[in-house]
Amino acid sequence: MGSTEHTSKQFETDLDTTRTRVLQMGGLVEAQILAAIEAFATGEAKLADQVIENDARVNGYEVAIDGACNHIVVKRQPAASDLRLIMAIAKIVTDIERIGDEAKKVARMSKRLHEHGPQHAQRFSAIRHTAQIAVKMLRQALDAFARLDAASAAGVLKEDSEIDHEFRGAVRQLVTYMMEDPRTISPALDILWVAKAIERMGDHSKNIAEQVIYIVRGTDVRHTSFADIEREMGAQ
Amino acid sequence: MAKAAAKGLSFYYGDFRALKNLDLVVHENRVTALIGPSGCGKSTFLRCFNRMHDLYPGNRYEGEIRLYPDDTNLLAPGVDPIEVRMRLSMVFQKPNPFPKSVFENVAYGLRVRGERSRRALADKIEAALHGAALWDEVKDRLHEPAFNLSGGQQQRLCIARALATDPEILLFDEPTSALDPIATASIEELITELKKHVTILIVTHNMQQAARVSDYTAYMYLGELIEFGVTDELFIKPKNKQTEDYITGRFG
Repeated sequence: MGSTEHTSKQFETDLDTTRTRVLQMGGLVEAQILAAIEAFATGEAKLADQVIENDARVNGYEVAIDGACNHIVVKRQPAASDLRLIMAIAKIVTDIERIGDEAKKVARMSKRLHEHGPQHAQRFSAIRHTAQIAVKMLRQALDAFARLDAASAAGVLKEDSEIDHEFRGAVRQLVTYMMEDPRTISPALDILWVAKAIERMGDHSKNIAEQVIYIVRGTDVRHTSFADIEREMGAQ
Repeated sequence: MAKAAAKGLSFYYGDFRALKNLDLVVHENRVTALIGPSGCGKSTFLRCFNRMHDLYPGNRYEGEIRLYPDDTNLLAPGVDPIEVRMRLSMVFQKPNPFPKSVFENVAYGLRVRGERSRRALADKIEAALHGAALWDEVKDRLHEPAFNLSGGQQQRLCIARALATDPEILLFDEPTSALDPIATASIEELITELKKHVTILIVTHNMQQAARVSDYTAYMYLGELIEFGVTDELFIKPKNKQTEDYITGRFG
């Protein structure tokens, strides 16, 4: 993270490789969300199956990156920003992996939903909007990680409240939907699970952003109000 | 609470200014580690505390080192270095027992101090050997030559020798760099135990050791104190870029 490189070239390479893998894993999960939402909207079973299948690759990344972190700790006993980076990466990959799980869940629900008939998902376009916010949050969190940009990470935290707001709106709409026509209860519940999965994605991206702030600033902002975080970001 | 404090301390080897205007507080019953690359002045700084530089001509101190609670300036010309060394004992990099028996090694400082009573000597020697976690291993070999002990035992004997005169501060100059990992662990364990009764200042090249044993860490570079802080904070979130570069291995 410092401007100068480590005396040990191998250490430098190990850190770079691990950082790159986190970004690759994030990119894969981002694609997973997009494909899952596409499957949700179109009912394309093949696409949903592909998302479900690809989740194993996401899991593989998690295991490999965790292993790389252990390796670095054992070999290098990292300190200061290196220590914070490694500790944060170990947590970040857990969150990315969970987002992957949520995408898989969306893909599964989409398949089930379209077995009830395609009209349901189409009538529920608000989910797509929420999913777009979730993808944007993940992208911004990963981008902040790549550039070690704490201010951009703080922006992700702000967006999480937007996604929570969208989720509550979706629940209200689904309740109305179910009251109007009890035959829609079953598909509506599936849609609710999808909405919940997307809301969780937002939470995980928020966690990633918090870890980025920890790497850059050395401040643990988990379980802190947004006002306090903003104050912290202001005090350099 | 402060046990000692360097104030505006500079030190010269002839014309060479090895320490530049240092200010540092040594907290009582805490371990303070001095880290930094070779030649940064950490050993020079440590040696100022027990006036070891007085042994060579041409060396010169500026500023002061205050020892509390009596607020004595250890560097004042009127202060006897022998007295200073009774209050601040040094343990060196390589175990350096005297070519005498285990017993006589520990008795040495006490005899210099004028202790004549055999009973008192025996008691104090046993206490010092207990203090250095060596008693059980040597109690039946007290009159054997100290060189018969293993390296780790010899180093603990040197610690016992340093403890015998009831010093207020123990100065360690890379005390484990010549020891294997097990002997190192036992010395580190001992340091943690000793700080209940004495204040410790330790120079180490091993940053993990500084992180393990010390409460406070000072990073020095080119004779200057770059950063001083609580050890955990300094190793997780150093304030200074130079400290960061050194502890993360970006130095050079």
